[in-house]
Parts: sequence; structure tokens; C-alpha cells
Amino acid sequence: MTLNSFGQIGLFIAVLLALVKPLGWYIARVYEGQAFWPDKVLGPLERLIYRCCGVRQHDEMAWKTYAAAMLVFNAAGLVVLYALQRLQGFLPLNPEGLGIVSADLAFNTAASFTTNTNWQAYGGESTLSYLTQMLGLTVQNFVSAATGMAILIALIRGLARRSATTIGNFWTDLVRGTLYVLLPLSLFWALLLVPQGVVQTFHSYRTATLLQPIGYAKPVTDVTGQPVLDDRGRPRTEPATATEQLLAVGPAASQIAIKQLGTNGGGFFNVNSAHPFENATPWSNFIEVLGILLIPAALCYTFGAMVGDTRQGWSVLAAMTILLICFVPFGLWAEQSGNPSFVALEIDQQPREGQAGGNMEGKETRFGIANSVLWSAVTTAASNGSVNSMHDSYAPLGGLVPLFLMQLGEVVFGGVGSGLYGMIVFAIVAVFVAGLMVGRTPEYLGKKIEPYEMKMVSLLILIMPLVVLGLTAIAVVTESGTSSILNPGAHGFSEILYAYTSQGNNNGSAFAGLNVNTPFYSLTGGIAMLISRFWLAIPTLALAGSLARKKFVPAGPGTLPTHTPLFVALLVGVILLVGGLTFLPALALGPIVEHFLM
Amino acid sequence: MREQIRPALTMLVILTVLTGLVYPLAVTGLAQMFFPDQANGSLIVHNGHVIGSKLIGQFFDRPEYFWGRPSATAPFPYNAAASGGSNLGPTNPVLVEVAKARVTALKAADPGNQTPIPVDLVTASGSGLDPHISPAAAEYQVKRVSRARRLDESAVRTLVTQHTEERQFGFLGERRVNVLELNLALEGADSGARLPGSHDEWAATSNDRPSR
Repeated sequence: MTLNSFGQIGLFIAVLLALVKPLGWYIARVYEGQAFWPDKVLGPLERLIYRCCGVRQHDEMAWKTYAAAMLVFNAAGLVVLYALQRLQGFLPLNPEGLGIVSADLAFNTAASFTTNTNWQAYGGESTLSYLTQMLGLTVQNFVSAATGMAILIALIRGLARRSATTIGNFWTDLVRGTLYVLLPLSLFWALLLVPQGVVQTFHSYRTATLLQPIGYAKPVTDVTGQPVLDDRGRPRTEPATATEQLLAVGPAASQIAIKQLGTNGGGFFNVNSAHPFENATPWSNFIEVLGILLIPAALCYTFGAMVGDTRQGWSVLAAMTILLICFVPFGLWAEQSGNPSFVALEIDQQPREGQAGGNMEGKETRFGIANSVLWSAVTTAASNGSVNSMHDSYAPLGGLVPLFLMQLGEVVFGGVGSGLYGMIVFAIVAVFVAGLMVGRTPEYLGKKIEPYEMKMVSLLILIMPLVVLGLTAIAVVTESGTSSILNPGAHGFSEILYAYTSQGNNNGSAFAGLNVNTPFYSLTGGIAMLISRFWLAIPTLALAGSLARKKFVPAGPGTLPTHTPLFVALLVGVILLVGGLTFLPALALGPIVEHFLM
Repeated sequence: MREQIRPALTMLVILTVLTGLVYPLAVTGLAQMFFPDQANGSLIVHNGHVIGSKLIGQFFDRPEYFWGRPSATAPFPYNAAASGGSNLGPTNPVLVEVAKARVTALKAADPGNQTPIPVDLVTASGSGLDPHISPAAAEYQVKRVSRARRLDESAVRTLVTQHTEERQFGFLGERRVNVLELNLALEGADSGARLPGSHDEWAATSNDRPSR
């Protein structure tokens, strides 16, 4: 825990918070639909899109229509992405001749990208063609993020409107979010990344002659490409020498920009942003990690601006920032302490000027400990899930940080849109708890919180743990679940818990030792992702519809103000309490017991 | 729900064209125009041959080269077509075995070196392609490399310093040494003709050649 580590992390928080107001103000203008300067450039294109689709821009929708439009659009996206993977062998832009993706893996990947999870059961450079990456993954990166923002904006309208029956138009929200927010930002971000060395080319993979040839054991395969086994059932190998290195390249920067900004997280390459072509330098790392939290943080300001009281946005942002800041130093300490079993081997793990030290397994030299830990916390606080180091190799308590941040329900910044609507749900729980204490009907932003709202809120909070813990329980007692484990003991349990926590919260980061490219994990994971995205989106929209219909209640002497430090503390407490009560028993079986065994 | 099907399908097609074709093509066009080197993989080209990338490490285990981070890619280390980390957990006995084997290999190549081994030399990188090691890990190897090459320790150390990248803007990331570039510079400084193409030309174009 060096001074420089804290300096780098402090700089990140400062830059992030400085960008909240300008971007949040801009996004509010975009969704309020009033005329402003970008209309001059993008307005004609926007209106052309509406005309082609037969959408009347100013037609408002009731919550059920809004939800139907959202579901139909996402279902179509799911089908197209599945079909693209199944047909990529016959389609162009496939210079490496990559074959058809298996049915279960294609389903998992399609579910993963339409739900903004971006769980990676596939290995990018070895499974998916350039065409699939562009027309499939990149497109869903945009529209799943735009969908998340649209749902959030609908909920905000529900809070802001009085005695209204409608909550906006899904199609205009989708188009405006993509056209005015995500596309320009991604273009800018991609062009910041390329000069650092992030690749962007349609050239086929490059061949480089190695300076020193490598002797290695090459697995023997039969004519069908299946590995040949020896008498003892192990794959047979023959000695071979590699004299060349095949450098995987591709149109990566454009996808990486939106993968970060849209809290998607699905990498162009297998190891995601640990790959030097995906994240080349400390500065590209800073840009990428900033991209993760940028829009979720700015949306807090948008929220405040749209409900007519920016203090409401700042208080929610304060709760998010406090939770994040609590976890980062804890992770930093765990990782910087290094691995106790290396001490006997006379390995130098001390941080000093010449080296980062600490637990460097699965981490890149250019990022060291500080930038790896910061990323691991940020990517799981937001539902991004991209990685720049391998979380599976983290110290037990270092790996607990990303795991628990996801288990808080992806509300500490969370996904683009989805994080804040999750946070607003927790804010409603917080005012409800406060209301119970003083025996008064709770209200939030002038809206009475009644039994219907609390039912929706309870659904929202209960579905996720049910999915996560239920599927984890099934996986640990079945052979198809446990046979995928890489690391023995408590750590193996953590791998499974992490996998379902990640998919059940639409995060997508992984303890990557677990082999999830199996029919069991592809199917159960795919279902978990679909449930937690859409079964949460629908109650959220129902909540929006019901709040919009309500009259405005002016604040009285018994009203709990929701912009004060007291409320921020209450909100943080409620989130930690709900997450802790739900998941501490499971955590005790995984990372905590492993820590005491280490 | 039925009246939403037409807008859903047309919208998907239009947004696919916009975000899946126009956007990546625009980025590619601009990237190739303004930053062609970086956009194509920061390749190191010598006499028309691609001999590596500044950003992707290569495997070294001969004593006369600096060694990089251990790599967990399959089927051979530093396979840039299939990136991957070891994913070994901190309490996995295999992790300690792998580290022990690496310590043994380092000590066998450099008997008599009693200094503790910097941790990045025994732990696999996240990508399996890490082009860098820490300055401490380079310093640990200076004696071995200079002995194997019959070069002055100070000459080798000068080369290491020349290939040490500082924290970006003096602040971001960690200090690091690019292993492939350092080894290429060593080849330039040495008389062994291991590079493809004519060696003399390489030596003549290398700025990093120290006086012997």
C-alpha cells in the first residue's frame, strides 16, 4: 500500500467526480427531448430512423406498452446474435476460418450480450469471427446499454410526473441514448485508445519470427481433430518446436470503447483487458477504467436534474462512492500482502521502487497491484465485468472484494441505467425502513410508497439471491457442476459462487479457472442472466407506471429528507445489511474459510 | 405486443448498421489514417520480416537472454493466438509447485546468485503475453546475461536502463522493462547473428548499441 497506489486511485475518483455534472446535464437534455445543439447534426438522422421504423416520436407509452416494446426488441436481438454465431462459418469477414459455435455456447453468449452481462464463456480470438464480433457483440453492447438507460429514464419519469398514465416512448429513448450518448462517447474513447497501441484493423492475424525458438510438448490429434489419449488416459504429446508467433489482431478498439462505456465487459480477446492489444499502457488502463464508471456516475446527476432537485442525485452518488471507497483499500491490502507460501521459496514480494511486489500471479507488470485492484473493484461495483488481471488468482480476501460488490446487487454505480434503478429501489427500501421506525407512511420524492410499490421492490431484491444461491447449490451437488472446477477446496466453491453471482447480477466477470464452456454451465448461466435482467426490468417498469399515476404529496414535518448525510448513511446501511444477510453464509464457506487456511 | 414487432425489427436492422458497421469502420478508417503503427499491432519489422510486437512478449529461457514473466498459454508459452492466465488460486498446491520449478530453473541458470527472486519472475502474467518485467527482475538477471554474453555488467545495465519505461506521465502504472526490445538490443550489441536477415544492417540501425 504505497503512497503512489493511493495517489493513482485518488486521481481516478477525482477525475470521475469532475465529469459527473457536465455529462449528467447533457444526458438529461437528451432524454428530456428539448431542442439543443447536437440536434443540428444528429436530428435529421434521428428523424429518418423514426420514419423507417414507423415510430411516432412524440407518442407516449403506458408502462405495459413500454415493457412490451423493450422485450420484443431484446428478443429479436437474442435471436439474431444466436443465428450469427451458428452461421459464422458461412458468412464473410472470417479471415481465420473459425467454425460454427456450438448451440449451448451460442445461447449462452447471446443471452450474455443481450442482457448487458457479457459473460465470456467463449475465447474471443479463437471462437468468434470479426463479423460476429461486430454485427453481434458490438451491436448488443450498444443497445443493451441503451435499453438499461431507457428503463432508468422511465423510472425517473415515474418519480417526476404527477397523475400521469405514461412513462415515455421506448423507441425514442433507445435511439436517443444510442445516437446522442453512446456513439459519440465511444468514438472519442476508441480514438483515445488506438494511439496507446490498442489494435483496430481488419488484417488477418500477423506472423512474427521468434527470436528464440520454443521447444514444447504438442498434443497429438487424430484426423477429426480430437486429442489422442495414451494408455493412462492422458492426452498424448510429441516434442515440437515453435519458431513463429501468431499475433491475434482485429477491430478491437471500437469494441473495447463501448464495452467499457456501456458497462458490458465482454472482451475482444480471451483475457479481456489484461491483453496488451486490448489495454496497452497505464494511460489506456486509466481511460478504460474511467469509462466503466463514467455513465453510471453521470446518470445520478441526470436523475437529480430530471426530478427537479439535483441534491437527490448527489446523495445517491455519495452513497455509491462511499461504498466503493470502503472496499478498494481492503483489496489493496489483501493483494499487496503477497502469498505466504512463497516466503519459504525466498521470493521477494516487498513493494519498492523497482517492483510492485505483492501477489503478482495473474497480474500484468505494467498495471502492478494498484491498477489491478482498482479495476477489480470498479468492474464489479459497476456491472461491467471486464478484467485486467485474473481474479481467480487473487488472495482469498482480495477476491472477496469483487464477489461481495456484485452481491450487493450491482447498485454501487452498477450497470448503465440498471445500477441506478437498482439504487432507487434500495432508496425506497431505506425510506420504508425509516417510515416503519416512526410509524408513518413512507414517501420518496413526494410519492407515497404503498403496498404495491413495496411488493415490486421486494421482488426486485429477492429474485437475484434466489437465482444466485439456488443455482450455486445445484452446481455444487452435481457432477456436471463440480467437474469444471480448477482449484481444489474452498477456492473451488468460490469459483462456482462467483460464476453464478456474476451472471445472476448481469456482471460478467469471472473466476476464470472454472471451465464454463460446458452445456451445464452454458444453459444454467444463460437462464440466470435472462431472469435477472428481464424479471427485474419488468417490475421496475411496473413501479414506474404506478409511481407516475400518483399525486404529489408536499413534504411535511414527518417527511424524511432524502438529500442529507443521514439518509446517505441509512442507504449505505440498508445496502450492506441486505447484501450481508443474504450472502455472508455463502462467503464464509468460500473466501473466508480459504483465508484462514492460507 | 404485436404492433411493436415491426418497429423492433427495423430498429434492430438500422442500429446494427449504425453501431455494427458504420461505427467500427469509421474508427478503423481514422485509426489507420492517423495511427497506422499502433492500430496494426505495434509491429517490430526488421528487413521486411515481422520479428515481434512491442506489446507482446516472447518466451526466453537461454541464459544469454533476459527472461520474461512465466506464461500459462497453451500449448506453448506466449502463444499470442490464445491468450490466457494460469487461474491458479492462492492456496492451490500446483501454484507453489510451478513457482518452485521456476525458482530452480532460475538458480540453475545462475548458480551463486543468492539474492531473493523478484515475485514477477515466478508468477504467470494475466494475459500470458506480458511484454514487461519489473526493473528489479531485470537487475536480478544482469549478472547472468553479461556472463553468458561476455559483456561488461555496466554495458548490460546501461541497456536495461535504456529499455526501462518510467511510470506514464511520471505517475500512472508501474516502472517496467520491455524484455523483447531489450533482448533485441543485446543481439545488436553482441556479435552473434541470430536475427533473420543480415545482421550488420540491424547493428547499424540500432541506436542502443553500447561501446564495447
